Amino acid sequence: MVESASLWAVLAVLPLLGGAAVVAVCADRALAARAAGQPYGPRTIAAGVGSDTARLLVGQRRTTLAPDRLLWRLGLIAVPTAAVLAAAVIPFGRWAVDDLGVGVVWFNGMEIATWAALWAAGWGPNSVLSLVGGYRMVAQGLAYELPHMFALIGAATAAGSLQVGTIVAHQRHLWFAVWMPVGFVVYLLSVLGFSFTGPFDQPAGVDVAGGVFAEVAGPDRLILAAGRWLLLTAGAAMAVPLFLGGGLGPVLPAWAWSTVKTFAVLGVLVGVRRSVPTVRLERWMPVAWTVLIPLTIAQDLIAALVAVSR
Amino acid sequence: MSLEVFLLLAAALFSVGVYGALSQQSIVMLMMGLELMLNGITVAAAAFWYFIGPGAPSDQVVVVVAVVAMAVEMAVGFAVTTAIFRARDVDMTDMAADLKE
Amino acid sequence: MGAVAFWVLAVAAVACAVTVFVVDSMARATFALLASFLFGAGEIILLGLDYLGVVIVVMMIMEMVIMAVFMVMYMMNPAGLMPMSMVHNQRGSLLTAGTVFASLAAGIFLVPWPARGPHRPADPTFDLGKSLMGPHMLTMMLLGVTLFATMVVTVVLASQQGRYDRLGDDLKGKAR
Repeated sequence: MVESASLWAVLAVLPLLGGAAVVAVCADRALAARAAGQPYGPRTIAAGVGSDTARLLVGQRRTTLAPDRLLWRLGLIAVPTAAVLAAAVIPFGRWAVDDLGVGVVWFNGMEIATWAALWAAGWGPNSVLSLVGGYRMVAQGLAYELPHMFALIGAATAAGSLQVGTIVAHQRHLWFAVWMPVGFVVYLLSVLGFSFTGPFDQPAGVDVAGGVFAEVAGPDRLILAAGRWLLLTAGAAMAVPLFLGGGLGPVLPAWAWSTVKTFAVLGVLVGVRRSVPTVRLERWMPVAWTVLIPLTIAQDLIAALVAVSR
Repeated sequence: MSLEVFLLLAAALFSVGVYGALSQQSIVMLMMGLELMLNGITVAAAAFWYFIGPGAPSDQVVVVVAVVAMAVEMAVGFAVTTAIFRARDVDMTDMAADLKE
Repeated sequence: MGAVAFWVLAVAAVACAVTVFVVDSMARATFALLASFLFGAGEIILLGLDYLGVVIVVMMIMEMVIMAVFMVMYMMNPAGLMPMSMVHNQRGSLLTAGTVFASLAAGIFLVPWPARGPHRPADPTFDLGKSLMGPHMLTMMLLGVTLFATMVVTVVLASQQGRYDRLGDDLKGKAR
């Protein structure tokens, strides 16, 4: 079904993931411009994204008093790196860089790496507001992580495998999203959580002057922002094999289905990001722990019963 | 690669952990030493699984137990530190020495 | 290839482990410990235990991030901007650690290990799951109960002291 491509495929991950992320950024800006009543034609948006990127590329890096440079830089670089590594197990049609036997756990691990990365990025500049952002990411991680893990476990249980390719193969007749809607919705929420976007952007909240973004400028800021969008894109792309049947579909080739479904999920996530206000963490935490965890566990029980009765 | 070098690595990690657990004053640093000792144990168990047990899963179970032990150790350690700190503003083992009386 | 990977990972793991007790910054010490665990997990993956290796990565990143929070909370000098010594009985500790290592190393090279040779089952992850849900069910249940007890104990220990402290001797005071 899904085959591991040779090593050169690693080189294809960044352009594919990055390309999708750029499309998402453009869509996001277009939505923002439309809401503000400004022109949002494709050329305007593309020029805006291009000039912003160029401005960050040539911009000055900010320095602060007594920063922890090592951890700061490592944290910033780790965000996009984790996104790309997570994408290594996501099948694009029939190919994945490496369809690991423990692909789901690998994806989970890379996504958790963003906690450490953002905490280090917040700690590094020796600045209060950045550190608050870093701490918020840890709290947010603790809130979304358990429901997220149970959602992943649901898909893995239903397929009886941690291998992403096998999970796709088990959705030949019915997508998991259809009969595991709770897991699917919780998974999408946690994608917004680990890419600190939309309603869960408290780690980068405006109330703390951008949080982890507060002290980064120039290329540093570009890396962090790119990492954030790459994480969102990788999360959206992973929703496709986990819950939406991967590359399975009529007429079109597998890679086309993967692309179409990924952009559909990405579109929903960007729409949510633009339309739902920020949720405060202390309000989100009880919901996650007292509502989402029991719901996802019940979902896993159903998945287990289905898997056993098969 | 042989069993001996893997075990040597495990022994080195374990010994560094022993040094840390014995020499550090801060409770949190002391716990890092304990975690390193368990790190050595996981590596040793994995090596035994590969080189000696003919694919028997018991060594894997040892790794699972070690990982759980780390989580439990850390959680209880921080809870105790929090309790001591609340009670008397102390986070160092030497200052809690009167607890033995 | 395997041997090179082993030595690179091994040296890195031990170097990071030593770094934990050398650096002044608590944040760096925590991340050095994390790096040591990640290299250790690399060794475990090298041995073919993919699942356990990746699980250690997952667990340790979460643990170390939480550890960093507590480190910064309790240490007097979390960023190491004012270096100070936080050790006691250093010579004794070094001596003990050296003795432990020497005796372990001696044991490693003196014991005649049974030479069964490397062996890899087709799917070690499946083996592990089957044994945890089969012959090792008792272990699994004990782990579960232990974790649950840990949660209760930590909450009890870390929360404000007993109800008499919070509400006064007649239990009628205002919660504070």
